[in-house]
Amino acid sequence: MKTLIPDFVLKAWMSLWGMLPPLMQYLVETTFWILVVMISVILTVAFTTYFERKVIGYMQGRVGPNRVGPFGLGQPFADVIKLLIKEVIVPKKSSRFLFIIAPLLTLTPALATWAVIPLSDTFVIANIDAGLLYVLSLTSVGVYGVILAGWATNSKYAFLGAMRSAAQIVAYEIAMGFALVGVLMAGGSLNLGVIIEAQAGGVSQWFILPLLPLFFVYLISGVAETNRAPFDVAEGESEIVAGFHVEYSGVAFALFFLGEYANIILISALTSIFFLGGYLSPFEGWTFLGDNNLVSFLRDPSLGWLCAKICFFIFVFFWLRATFPRYRYDQIMRLGWKVFIPVTIVWIGVEAVMAYLRVGPWSGLATASLAG
Amino acid sequence: MSKLRSYIRTFTLWELWQGLGVTFVNFFKPPVTLNYPEEKAPQSPRFRGLHALRRYPNGEERCIACKLCEAVCPALAITIESDVGEDGTRRTTRYDIDLFKCIYCGFCEEACPVDAIVETRIHEYHMEAPGENIMTKDKLLAIGDKYDAMISADKAADAKYR
Amino acid sequence: MFHTILFYFFAIVLIGAAIGVIFARNPVHAVMFLVLAFFQSAVLWLLIEAEFLAIVLVLVYVGAVMVLFLFVVMMLDINVEEVSGGYTRYLPLGVLVAVLMVTELAQIIWLRSTPGISAAGFASTPDGYSNTKALGAVLYTEHVYAFEIAAVILLLAIVAAITLTMRKRPGLKQQDIAAQVAVRAADRIRIVKMDAVKPDTGSEP
Repeated sequence: MKTLIPDFVLKAWMSLWGMLPPLMQYLVETTFWILVVMISVILTVAFTTYFERKVIGYMQGRVGPNRVGPFGLGQPFADVIKLLIKEVIVPKKSSRFLFIIAPLLTLTPALATWAVIPLSDTFVIANIDAGLLYVLSLTSVGVYGVILAGWATNSKYAFLGAMRSAAQIVAYEIAMGFALVGVLMAGGSLNLGVIIEAQAGGVSQWFILPLLPLFFVYLISGVAETNRAPFDVAEGESEIVAGFHVEYSGVAFALFFLGEYANIILISALTSIFFLGGYLSPFEGWTFLGDNNLVSFLRDPSLGWLCAKICFFIFVFFWLRATFPRYRYDQIMRLGWKVFIPVTIVWIGVEAVMAYLRVGPWSGLATASLAG
Repeated sequence: MSKLRSYIRTFTLWELWQGLGVTFVNFFKPPVTLNYPEEKAPQSPRFRGLHALRRYPNGEERCIACKLCEAVCPALAITIESDVGEDGTRRTTRYDIDLFKCIYCGFCEEACPVDAIVETRIHEYHMEAPGENIMTKDKLLAIGDKYDAMISADKAADAKYR
Repeated sequence: MFHTILFYFFAIVLIGAAIGVIFARNPVHAVMFLVLAFFQSAVLWLLIEAEFLAIVLVLVYVGAVMVLFLFVVMMLDINVEEVSGGYTRYLPLGVLVAVLMVTELAQIIWLRSTPGISAAGFASTPDGYSNTKALGAVLYTEHVYAFEIAAVILLLAIVAAITLTMRKRPGLKQQDIAAQVAVRAADRIRIVKMDAVKPDTGSEP
């Protein structure tokens, strides 16, 4: 850094910075970090679309996009430019204001949730106590964009899509919330940082082991929450054309697209935080490897491990999409209400009893220490 | 016992894992696609693409305006008008094929008694303005002249099966 | 200073949204104004550091209750003219409720301003104080019976609603998915071994 920026510039900058009132300093710093996280998320979204097309392509014996740039890496940018220069068509009989604001309502909660996600052991934008509740409430707010889009469009297909998606998201939110109750009991806090720290001490301490059914319920509910295949009845192109975003084009459609993929990344990040130890390394505590730089780099918690886990879950999302056919709507409801909710409730009971009796992997949970 | 087994299969998501296994294995198999503009699949000499009108080696048009192709065309894509030519023979004054209507069935080619209308192997063409989809007689003859060598070779290769 | 500006900003938006709920002609717009009002009150709670309540307000009311509201309102085909016709009819009742509430609020404010009765407002919480923990501690110790009874009553309401609406119509066709999945090939088809037989050549026409 020092070699790149002349000394006097740095000094001038520091003195200017010192002149600002502390409140301004705080605001500027927070805004800066919010921008950094948001831009990285949006860039990741761009490459996630590329990643999806490549993964599904290879699973279907194709190669996926390969014409724009080396290996087709320019494809996301070509898509973005195409969508940006297209016209946004607002149907004449639609509710104009809600029609335009709906895509923003899907995107905003997906981005706002990143405020409480600990990206590494030292960095989180807002370290709030009720982080897990904040995450839950924002994911539940995300449904408004879809419902309003469907209603404001004033079209049968869009309305059907919105209804389907609303019922589906409300149903799976409950299972998701219950799965998080299990995590809450294991971590003993609503703060995401504390939840991650409770999983410190190697793979055996991660919550995926004592909470395995909850992990699957959470992951599958996450797929349903984001309206991704095999739960994509809200779009269901073979039945209701494109569902809630039939009439959207250009930038408005791009925002929906962005919101959907931002949600995928978010669910992947949350799953890795709640069950796979977030930024913790899987090789934690492998002291027998020696103590050189590389080994300690691998052993220390870092943003890299979180990114690796997120990438894995994003891959799982696309893997599921390439494998399973779309669920029928009543089967989705059955799975949500009659399978997932009982499974989570039963497992919360199992977890409590096991932690109280201090059996095997459950003995390390926070609830166990409360039992005295 | 079989009930127990079915429960175990359900709760271990056994069949879902099987499905995921199939896609995972295929993920690592080489793609079976061709890199189209650079690589192309082999084409049969019988390929039915863009139409052409042929001439005899002496430059005389083959078409005698018998209108058999117009009659046989299932998509009504061909329109023919005829008149007496300069040398007193029966000639077409208009021979239009609407490429948007044409279904490339090749019946016109089969109906033609003098092998005048043929379908060439050209399939990479496009239209840029409205009206370009109508192939007029001049355009068809020009294609026939330009690709004469290819058309003759294809016809010769297919001749013994006719 | 900064807090005060924030408070007034959000309070103004809150009041604007509340007025919007009443005056919006379209019921869906009214519901959206109500959502906005909930958000603003959640923010006001955040400003007095009641973060648990604020987030739960968003989670429960905005995330669940209002979605169901929106669901119902969107399905209804409400005639806007008819609805606005009832406006004057219910006005006296509305004014009565409003006057009642204003009186109550004024009484509280008057009580507060009387010296000696908790005039200090909200004491700032010490560092490391967790809103959630405090609430949980009170709920699960002091008020545990009331809390549990409320939970059981809610559960009862859910079960009652389901039993009331669930009726078995005659001729109702339903799938038993568990039975479908459990089916094995042996249940559905019988494989019969047969010896090869020479065709009866004589009967051929």
